[in-house]
Formats: sequence, structure tokens, C-alpha cells
Amino acid sequence: MRKKYEIVRKAALNPTTGDISVYAPRIAAKAKAGQFIILRVTEDGERIPLTVAGCADDCVRVIYQKVGRTTLELDELQEGDCLHDFVGPLGTPTEIEGVRRAVVVGGGLGCAITMPIAKALKEAGAEVDLIIGFRTKDLIILQDEMKAACTRLHICTDDGSYGYSGFGTGKLQELLDADPAYDRAYAVGPLPMMKAVTKTCSAHGVKTIVSMNPIMIDGTGMCGGCRVTVGGETKFACVDGPDFDGELVDFDEAMARNSTYRAFEAEQREAHVCRMGGMQ
Amino acid sequence: MPAPKNNARTPAAEQAPALRITNFKEVALGYTEEEVKAEASRCLQCKNQPCVGGCPVGVPIPQMMAAVRDGNFAEAYRLISTANALPAISGRVCPQETQCEAKCLRGRMGEPVAIGRVERFVADWAMQNNVTNLETAPKKDKRVAIVGSGPAGLTCAGQLAKMGYGVTVFEALHTAGGVLSYGIPEFRLPKAIVRKEVANLEKMGVEIECNTVIGKTLSVDELLEDGYDAVFIGSGAGLPSMMRIPGEALIGVYTANEFLTRINLMGAYREDSHTPVLKSKKTAVIGGGNVAMDAARCARRLGAEVCIAYRRGEEELPARREEVHHAKEEGIQFELLTAPLEILGDENGRVRALRCIRMELGEPDASGRRRPVQIPGSEFELEVDTVISAIGTSPNPLIVRTTPGLETTRHGAVVAEEETGKTSREGVYAGGDIASGAATVILAMGAGKRAAAAIDEYLSAK
Repeated sequence: MRKKYEIVRKAALNPTTGDISVYAPRIAAKAKAGQFIILRVTEDGERIPLTVAGCADDCVRVIYQKVGRTTLELDELQEGDCLHDFVGPLGTPTEIEGVRRAVVVGGGLGCAITMPIAKALKEAGAEVDLIIGFRTKDLIILQDEMKAACTRLHICTDDGSYGYSGFGTGKLQELLDADPAYDRAYAVGPLPMMKAVTKTCSAHGVKTIVSMNPIMIDGTGMCGGCRVTVGGETKFACVDGPDFDGELVDFDEAMARNSTYRAFEAEQREAHVCRMGGMQ
Repeated sequence: MPAPKNNARTPAAEQAPALRITNFKEVALGYTEEEVKAEASRCLQCKNQPCVGGCPVGVPIPQMMAAVRDGNFAEAYRLISTANALPAISGRVCPQETQCEAKCLRGRMGEPVAIGRVERFVADWAMQNNVTNLETAPKKDKRVAIVGSGPAGLTCAGQLAKMGYGVTVFEALHTAGGVLSYGIPEFRLPKAIVRKEVANLEKMGVEIECNTVIGKTLSVDELLEDGYDAVFIGSGAGLPSMMRIPGEALIGVYTANEFLTRINLMGAYREDSHTPVLKSKKTAVIGGGNVAMDAARCARRLGAEVCIAYRRGEEELPARREEVHHAKEEGIQFELLTAPLEILGDENGRVRALRCIRMELGEPDASGRRRPVQIPGSEFELEVDTVISAIGTSPNPLIVRTTPGLETTRHGAVVAEEETGKTSREGVYAGGDIASGAATVILAMGAGKRAAAAIDEYLSAK
């Protein structure tokens, strides 16, 4: 018998990226590409939003990067352990209707998150180019799954150790130059990368949907902390998004807002790493 | 102790302002047994009981006072609990001065009986002595789903459980209580009290499912299909209104909801909290309601100098007078007749000042209050590093968007009959801020109670 929010499966994708499946049947039955969950690892833990990477067998799959205290604590849990809280699916699903030909671009952790979007597009009958970028060959994750999720997979490495040599936007530029007739582009990843993808696509008249990742608490529209400025209007990423038209998003403001607690986050991470070091 | 002859109420102890701004412990310390008996003796035992008419949940106040006067606290608790599922909460946060206490005959000659303080004493006494009133009618075979575990939902749940219905409360957050948990600060309403009141409901058989967002995890229609015979929506007014002035996205600008949630729900005031809140030297809070007072007093306790900017005058402050008084005692400055124009940032995108303008009161507006009008040329800057906007909330749209056929007002509130909570959908009831717009805890409790009676009537006839 599975327990509430039990980690049913856990894998390390690379030294900094974990992949878990959490038992949460109601969420698994509902979640669609582009939506997210909010979890807490412990009773006094922080609430953190993470994108749904897929759903199967009553479980929700979440891929996370070990960047802060909470994700480091999350990574210490093993199969059979339970999360304290797990709620979703939050946000609106990614719009894929009417898209016949799409290019999906992922950077960093975003690579994993692009997978459900690519898959949903492909299942809806679209032709999908999936561009994913990593720093170097050793960090490439989920290659086979990604390949299956799209029509053509384009792997890029910053150092040229595998696939296309350079950033994902370089490969994107190449594809757009060859044939710009995409109905839609989707970008998931760090804000500067999504900004660059939007700019590149914009120049070819292709609309880009970006997945915003602001600081968030409740995820239901209650706190307003996740506000982003879109087309001059204040939007709440948790209920109006997280997907928005990249051309309308104020990325610079979003980058500044995401740095609000940088000092606190660094302190927390360090304190956590120290405690762990002391235990070994 | 003989009944006091004078017209003043028995004073109650409070933490001194200089001390309390250094902690988050409760400000009002409550009556002792002697004090509460003395205060209850002031009740004139009016035959027509005007105070009861002033109570949204109809607590039998004179009977309770008589029991307290006689030292029979258990009986007093039983009397309250027949009418009020959450007395330890309402005794603390009700605006009694505009409700029961406003109707108290004593008030004509002097100070009304301190009904709230007496209620709080009785509820706390019951908790400390494990006295409960958890009796329920024989179990019925019908189930009701309650959406939201705030004051409306908890009250509705308690009433229905008493009647024998199977009740499940669905809560979006990880903790039950709604605004009682995320909004009202520890120093006004200790969270341990909320937990105990919730635990009492659970002992009555109420199931509470946290981490479940109705409108996302499940829809209202799915609840009805899943075997619930009726649904009560008490999801609150959880969508903060923005000021719509330049600079709202700067670092250091919070909605009161976010600021209070970080502090109250996530415990950001504690040294070891996992959840951060920005350290502020000088904070401006915009708004004049109870939420503005709560935010200001939290900011003060976190070490900031705090001022409250409100566009009308002192008389018009919507907050309870006691809250304004407490805020002033704690050294919070009031910039009255002041409206914000723009939040100014530094080169790093952090708040450095709030540009304001002075106002004067003109003709009454639609709300009957005199409309504030800008005084040209009176612009000035408040040097602050944090701005908290506490200008109100609107109904949360998640449920409305996912429930076909649920009629709403143009402000997005669910249309519900005042007396019954009945909505445009059969078997679906609503009450509290989702139906009435932002109001008070006790009004939400009253709505939850009336809806429970209407749901009982509906299910009994079904």
C-alpha cells in the first residue's frame, strides 16, 4: 500500500539533478504539460514550486536541481520516504491547440521541463523540434526520453563536447534560418535564456511562449508574490500563468525580483551543506 | 467580589508596548477568574437581550454572563458552544464594539460589558480544562463537502457535524484555518488556539484534507459526483488588489497577504525559519483596515520603523479602534489623508522611497464616506525600504472559473442568498468573503452557520 506523497521512484540524472515520482493520484489524474506542483519536504519547510515532468501510475514525476536548502533536503529523501506536502496541479496548462509545427527550447533544468510540452505537442499531431542545451556532455540527461518526445532532437553543448557546439539559441537561429514557418516556439529555462529565445523567434515572426518561474508561496493567487509584468499589466504567474507571451514579458524586472532573497538563499544553502558535512 | 458600581469595564492585562514589539506573543493576556466574574456581574440581564441580536451567530450572552458570574465556567462554555463553534477565536478577533457590545445597555451610561473578553476567558478555560462540547446527533448517511477551512468553512463544518452529517473540509494550503492561519498574526490570535479549535472539529468527525485546491485538484462538480450531497464554498477573498501605481514590482514591495503569509503561515519571524522575509529599516503600509494594522505591527516586531499611509482621516479608519490604539502604542506613525503616487527604486531595483500626496475630504461617495481629493502641489516622499499594500482583496477566481452555472457578481463574488447561502447551483452553498467580499471573521462565521441550517433543510427534504 502506497503512502500519501510517497517517493515511489528516485533517480539521479546527473550530479546536480534529481528525478522523483511521488504518489499523488488526484494530481496525477489531472496534471497537464506546463502545470506545476508545490511541495514541502518537512513540517517547517519552505513551499517550493516545481514543474510537473509527467504523470504515470498514480504518480507525479518531478525533476529538480539541487540549488537551495529545500532541493538539497528533498534530495536526501529516498524511495519509500514521504514528502510532507504536495499540492497541485497549479497554473494553467500550456496551450498547444492548433499548433502544427513547433520548436521547443530548453536550457538548464528547463530541458527536463520541456519534455512534457514536446510530448503533448507531438501527441496532438504536431511536428516538434526540441532543442536542449547543456554545459558539457557529462551533464546531458534523459536523452532517450527526449528523443521519443519529439520529432527531431537537437542537443547542444556549450563546450562543443557533444552535438551542436554552442548555446541552444544558436541552434534555434539555424533552424529558423532554414525554415521559419513554425506556428509557435516554447522556451523553458533561466530567464536570460527565455529572453534570448523570444528575441530570436521574434525576428522571424514566430511567437514564443515562455514559462515563468517567479518566487511563490501559495500558488493559488492568494499572496501575489509571483507577479510578473506582462504587456504593462500585473499578472500572477500562479493563476494567470506560468506561461506567457514572451514578447510581452518584462524579463529584466522578473530577473531583479527573482534575486530578492539571494543573500538568504546562499546562507541557507551554506548552512545546510555545513550540517551535512558535519554528519559525514 | 461585589459587582462593580462604576460604569467602567474591568481592565484586562496586556503585554506592555515596549516589551511586545520585541516578540510575537499575544498582546492581550485575558482576564483572571476574579476579573471575569466581576465583569460578568456588570451584565444587567436585560429581558429583551439586545446583545444577542447584535451577534452574527446568536450566542446566548446574558445566560453565559450569569453562569460566569456564578463561577460556572463549564456551563458558560456549553452555552457558548451551542451557538459558536470557534469561541476562542471570535473572543479574540470579533469587532465586538460594533456588534454585541454596541447593543449593550450598559453602554448608554458608561462602558458596555466586555463580552468579547468574557467569551475568550470561557473558551480558554475550557481548553485548559479539557472541557469540550463535541456531542453530535446520530450519524446521518449524507455527506457535505466544505471548500476552505477559514472561519466560514470551519463554522459550517462544525454545525453540520453536530447535526450528524459526514463532513470533509478541503483546504488549499498545508495547514487548516485559512485567514486565521495565514493572515491574523500570532500576537492577536495564537496559532495553537486555531489548531485546538480545528482539532475539536476533527474529534467531532470532521475530516480535513489539506493540500487540496478545489478548482484545480478537484472541481465542485467532481465533489458532487464523488458522493457529496451538498457543497459549501467558503474559499475567501484571497486575491490581493494591487495599487496600480508605478513601482509595484520593485524588490521590497509586498501585498499584505504575502507579507503576512510569510510571517504567520511560514513562520518567517522565527530565527530558524526556512522561509525568508526582507529585513526592513523603514516600512510604509498602505491602507487603514485591520489587515493594514496587522501588517504594520508585524513589521514593527521585525524591527522596522513603520508608518501607515491612509487616504482618509482618523475617523474613517476601517480598522477596529482597539487595533489602531495598539498600533499607536507600539510607535507606529499614521500619515493620514495621504495617498501613494509612486514607489521609487534604487539602481538595484529595491525600494528607496514612497512618493505620496496629501488629500482632503470632499463630498460623500457611493459608500457614504467622504471622498478623498488630492491637494495639488502637496506631493512628498517617505524614505522607506519596504512598502506593504493592504488595500483589500477580491474573491479568488479558481472555483468560479471551474464551476459552470455558478452565478457571480461583476466583482467575481459568488451570488448567494443572504439568509441561506444558496447559490444558482442546486446543492451548492456559499458564504464568507467569497460571497460578501472582504469582511470580518464573525460575519463569515455567521454565514457558515446559516448555510449549515439551509443545507440541513435541503438534505432533510432530499
